[in-house]
Amino acid sequence: MADERADRDGRPSPDALLELARQEDSRVGRLKIFLGAAPGVGKTYEMLQNVKARQREGVDIVVGYVETHDRKETAALVEGLELIPRRAVDYKGQALEEMDLDAILARHPKIVAVDELAHTNVAGSRHPKRYLDVEELLANGIDVYTTLNVQHVESLNDVVAQITRIRVRETVPDSVLDRADEIELVDLTPGDLLQRLKEGKVYVPQQAERALEHFFSHDNLTALRELALRRTAERVDEQLLSRMKAQAISGPWAAGDRLLVCINEDHRALGLVRYARLLADRLHAPWTALYVESRRTAQLDDAQRDRIADTLRLAQSLGAEAITVPGGGRHIADDVIGYAKSNNITQIIIGKSARSRWFELINGSVVNELLDQAGNIAVNVVPGEREAAGVNNRTSMAIGTTTRTFDFRPYGWSTAIIAFSLGVGLVLQPVVSDANLDLVFLTGVVAVAVRFGLWPSIYASILAAVGYNFFFTQPYLNFAIDDPRNVLAVVFFTIVAIVVSNVAARAQVQAVAALARARTTESLYAFSRKLAGVGTLDDVLWVTAYQIALMLKASVVLLLPQNGNLEVMAGYPPEDTLEPADVAAAKWAWENHRPAGRGSDTLTGAKWLFLPMTTGRGQVGMIGLASKQPGLNLTPDQRRLLEALIDQGALAVERVNLVEDIEKARLSMETEKLRSAILTSLSHDLKTPLASVLGAASALRDLNGLTEFQRKDLLSTIVDEAERLNRFIANLLDMMKLESGAVRPTSELHDLSEVVGSVLRRAEKILARHKIETALASDLPMLAIDPVLFEQVLFNVLDNASKYAPAGTIVRISAQRAHDKIRLQIEDEGDGIPAGEADHIFDRFHRATKGDQVRAGTGLGLTIARGFIEAMGGTISAGNRIDRSGAVFTVELPVPVNPKQIGPTP
Amino acid sequence: MSTALKVLVIDDEPPIRKLLRMGLTSQGYEVIEAANGKAGLELLAAQPGIVILDLGLPDIDGLDVLQTVRSRSESVPIVVLSSRGDEVSKVRALDLGADDYVTKPFGMDELLARMRAAVRHQLQIQGERPIFKVGELSVDLVRRIVRVKEVEVKLSPKEYDLLRVLVQHAGKVLTHRFLLGELWDALTDAQYLRVYVRQLRQKIETDTERPQYILTETGIGYRLRAPE
Repeated sequence: MADERADRDGRPSPDALLELARQEDSRVGRLKIFLGAAPGVGKTYEMLQNVKARQREGVDIVVGYVETHDRKETAALVEGLELIPRRAVDYKGQALEEMDLDAILARHPKIVAVDELAHTNVAGSRHPKRYLDVEELLANGIDVYTTLNVQHVESLNDVVAQITRIRVRETVPDSVLDRADEIELVDLTPGDLLQRLKEGKVYVPQQAERALEHFFSHDNLTALRELALRRTAERVDEQLLSRMKAQAISGPWAAGDRLLVCINEDHRALGLVRYARLLADRLHAPWTALYVESRRTAQLDDAQRDRIADTLRLAQSLGAEAITVPGGGRHIADDVIGYAKSNNITQIIIGKSARSRWFELINGSVVNELLDQAGNIAVNVVPGEREAAGVNNRTSMAIGTTTRTFDFRPYGWSTAIIAFSLGVGLVLQPVVSDANLDLVFLTGVVAVAVRFGLWPSIYASILAAVGYNFFFTQPYLNFAIDDPRNVLAVVFFTIVAIVVSNVAARAQVQAVAALARARTTESLYAFSRKLAGVGTLDDVLWVTAYQIALMLKASVVLLLPQNGNLEVMAGYPPEDTLEPADVAAAKWAWENHRPAGRGSDTLTGAKWLFLPMTTGRGQVGMIGLASKQPGLNLTPDQRRLLEALIDQGALAVERVNLVEDIEKARLSMETEKLRSAILTSLSHDLKTPLASVLGAASALRDLNGLTEFQRKDLLSTIVDEAERLNRFIANLLDMMKLESGAVRPTSELHDLSEVVGSVLRRAEKILARHKIETALASDLPMLAIDPVLFEQVLFNVLDNASKYAPAGTIVRISAQRAHDKIRLQIEDEGDGIPAGEADHIFDRFHRATKGDQVRAGTGLGLTIARGFIEAMGGTISAGNRIDRSGAVFTVELPVPVNPKQIGPTP
Repeated sequence: MSTALKVLVIDDEPPIRKLLRMGLTSQGYEVIEAANGKAGLELLAAQPGIVILDLGLPDIDGLDVLQTVRSRSESVPIVVLSSRGDEVSKVRALDLGADDYVTKPFGMDELLARMRAAVRHQLQIQGERPIFKVGELSVDLVRRIVRVKEVEVKLSPKEYDLLRVLVQHAGKVLTHRFLLGELWDALTDAQYLRVYVRQLRQKIETDTERPQYILTETGIGYRLRAPE
C-alpha cells in the first residue's frame, strides 16, 4: 500500500487532512449551497424539494427562512414543513421581518434551510449579514441548506460587473463557498429562464425592473451560467484534490506555487486582490497579500489608510494571508522582492501604475524595479479597473468615524517664515550681493520643510521664488526680469528650493516615523518588562488595561471567565459594570472566538468592541475597547500595536494561570506524598504496638499453664507497648499543633540544668539501659525558653538516642557557652548517622535506614524537636562524632540580650 | 486501715470506671461511682475519703465540679484524672484546689501513689508531724533544723520558708503561683522562685542536675518527694 502513494515522501498532506477532519468533525454543521446563475432558476424550489426529501427520511429538518415571492409552486412546497417564525424588527418605523437566529439555535434541528445567503440584515441585528448568521448556525453544529446566486460571490464581483454593467452590493466571501461541504448547481438554460421571465414566474422587485431588463439578456445569462458552472466545477475539483492529497495520491497539480499580491492605497487594489484570488484558485496555490509601509504611509490620509486595511481584510476573507511589513528604505520593490524570496513566492501580482510618468520619474516605478529584480519570480502586472466609488463601504475596525479638515495653519506659518526671510533679505541687501540673498530664502524654505512637511514647503518655495523675483532681481519691486542671467537665477532658485524642501520634508517624515516607531518599541518593551515583573493576576490585568488605554487613548476593560461567567476583572479608566448589550457582545465574542461589538461584524449596537485574547493554548480572556470621543480610528500601526499588546497581555495572563496551576499541582503532590507517608506511618506505628498489646492480653486471658515469669513478661509487654503507642499519639498531637501554628512558646528565663534534670527524670524509663552523663558548664546563664517545649525537644532527642545507640553505651549531655549562644550537645555511641542522611533526619516521617534491629520510631520526634526549637528562636542540627562512632545532636540557643540578674534576696 | 477508705470516681467512661473499681477494690478501697458531674456532686453526700475526677464530663465541666466542691468548703482530697495533658489545664485544676493531677493514659501504680500522697497530706494537715523525713533529708519544723545525711544545712530565711511550704505539702504538686503566693505574693515573677529553688537544691541535693527531693513539674511547679 505504501509504495502506491506516489507523493514525494508518500505522506498525506497535513493541511488536506485537517480540511477533511474539519469536514468530518460532527460538532460543526455541514453546509450545502444551492448555487444558481441568476434569479429565477429555481434554487429555492430545489432546496425545498431537498428539505421535503430529508423530511420524508425522518431527518429533523426545519425551514429557518424562505422567500416564496408568492409563487404557488414554492408556497405549496412549504406546506407541511416546520417553519421557524420570523422575528419582527422595527426599523425606522418600518416593520421588517428577519430570520430568528436565536429561535433556530434554541430549536437546534439537525438541518435548517435558509434562503438567500447574500441577504443583508436590517441594522441592529446581531450580524450585519446573513452568511454570518449561517456561520453561527454551523458553529453550533446545525447543518444548513442555503441558496446563492453566482453574482454574489465576492471574487466574481468584478467579472459579473464587467459582464452585466451592474455591480452587486451584497456579496458573500469566497471562504463561505470554500467551506461548503456540498454545492449543488441549479441549472436552467438561458432560453428557459427567459421563457419563465416572460411568464412572470421570476420575481423582480419593481424598482429594479429596468435595470434587470438589461440584466436578463441572453448574453448575460449565458455568461453568468458559464461562471456558475465553472465555479462549481472548480469546487468539485478542489474537493477531489483535497481527497487525493489526504490520501497521498500523486496528482496533476503544480507543486509549490505561491502567490504574492502587492497592494497600496489605490482604489483598484480591491480588484487586484480579487484577481489574485482567482489566479490562486486556478493554480491551487496559497497566496499572500502584502502591504509595504513606506515613508509615504505616514502621509496618507485616514480614508487611504482605511482602504489599505479594508483591502487586507478582503484578502483575508478571500483566503489570503494578509501581511504588512515596514519598508526598509527608498525602494518598495526591494522590500517586496525580499519578502518574496524569503517566503518562496513564485508569482508576484501587482497593479499597473496609474501615476503620471512625471511621478514615476521622481519616485521611481515600483513595477519597473520589480521587473528588474524579480529574477526567476514571475511578475504579473494587472491593469485593474477603478471601482465605482462607494461600493466598498466595508466596515473597517473603527470606533467612530473621523473627519479630516484642511489645516491652514502650516501655510500661515510658511507665509510668515518667508516674510521674515524677506525682511532679513531687505536688511542685508545693502551689504550682500543680490545673488547671495537667495540663500536667506532657501534657509526659510528648509525651515518650513523640516517643520511642516512637503506641501507647505512647496508652497513656501513658490512664495520665496516670487518674493525673490519681486524684491531682489532688476528691476526691483517688479515681477519683470531684465537680465537673462537673473531669469536663470530665479529658475534655478525655484528648482533648488523645491528639491531641497522635498528632501528636507522626506527626512523630517522619516525622522518622525522613526521616532514614533522607537517610542512604540520602547513602550512595548517597557510593557513587557512591567508584565514580567508582576506576579498576581490582578496586577497583570491592570498593567495590560492601563497600557492599552494609554497607547490607544481609549477606554479598556478586561474580562476573564470566572466560574463559568465572563466578568470584568480590570479596566482603565476603572469600570466594573457593562450594559446588557455589551455583556451580550462580550459573551458572543467569547463563545465564538471572534471579535464582536461596535465596529465588528457582530452585535454592532454595543458600545464596546470586544476582541479575544488568545495564546497558542487557547482563549484566556476578552478585551473591550471603547472611545468617548468619535475619531478613534485604528490605523494599521495601531492595529499592529494593539495586537502586540493583546498578545503580550494574553501571554502574561496565561503565565500567571500556569504558575498557579503548577503551584497547585506541586502542593497537591506534596500533600499527596505527605498523606501517603502519614498513612504508612499511622498504619505501622499504631498497629504494631496495638498488635503486641492485643496479642499479649489475649494470651494472658486464653492460655492456661503460663509460668509466673511468662505472665510477668507478657504484662510488661502490654505496658511497654501501650506506652509506646502513647508516645506516638503525643507526637502526632504535637505535630498537629506545630502544623496548625498553635505552638506559641512562652519565653521566660530558665535554668538549663533544671530542665535537663526534669527531662532525665521523665526519660528514666526509655534510657534505663543506657548510662547517662551530664556535663553542664557551671557559668551558664539563664535561658529564655519555654520549659515544656524545650523539655520535649530534649526528650525526643534522647528518645532517638535510646533507639539507635546500643544498650550499655553512654549518652552524654553537655552544654557550654559559645559567644552569644548556648550550645547543648547530646552524643551517643551508636553507629552514627548514615552518610547523606544528616540533612533529612529532621524531615517528617523520615527514618534512618538501619535495618531491622532498630525499634521503629515514629519518624516525627526529630521533626517536632526542630519545630519546637525553631519556634523558640534556636536551631538544632545533627552530625557524627569526630572522636568515635556515634551521632551528635547540637542545639543552639541565643543568650538573652539583657538577662535580668536576680540575686538572692534575704 | 480498719475501715476501708471510700473513693468517689466521677468519670463518664465505663471502661475507666471498671478499671478503677477493680484496681482500687483490690487495694482495699471502697469505690462509689458517678457517670456525670451532677451525680458526682450528689454522691459527695456519701462522705467519700477521696475523689477521682475526670475533667471531660458530659454535663458539667470537671473544673466546674472542682470549683463547686471547693466552694462548699469541702476539704476532701481530689485527684484529677484527665486526658487533657497540657500544662495550662493542669495549673488551672491545681489552682482551683485539686490535690493532684494524673493524665490519661495512666499507670495504676502512679495513680495509687498520688492518691496515697493526697490522703496523707490531708491527714498531715490535720495533725502536723513535727519532724519530716524523706530519704536522707529531715526537716524539724518546730526547731527549724534541716539535716541532710545527719549534717545540718544552713538555710537563709527565704530558703527555709520555701522548704517548709514544700514539706507541708509533701507529695503534692505546688504551682508556681501557689508557691509565690505563700512566699511573696502571687504576682511576683516566677524567676525569684526558680532562683531560690536552685539555691535550695544546691544545699540539699547531692546532684543538682538529677534532684532527688525537690522535683520539677515542668511548666506547672514543684513537688517535694513524699516519704515512703
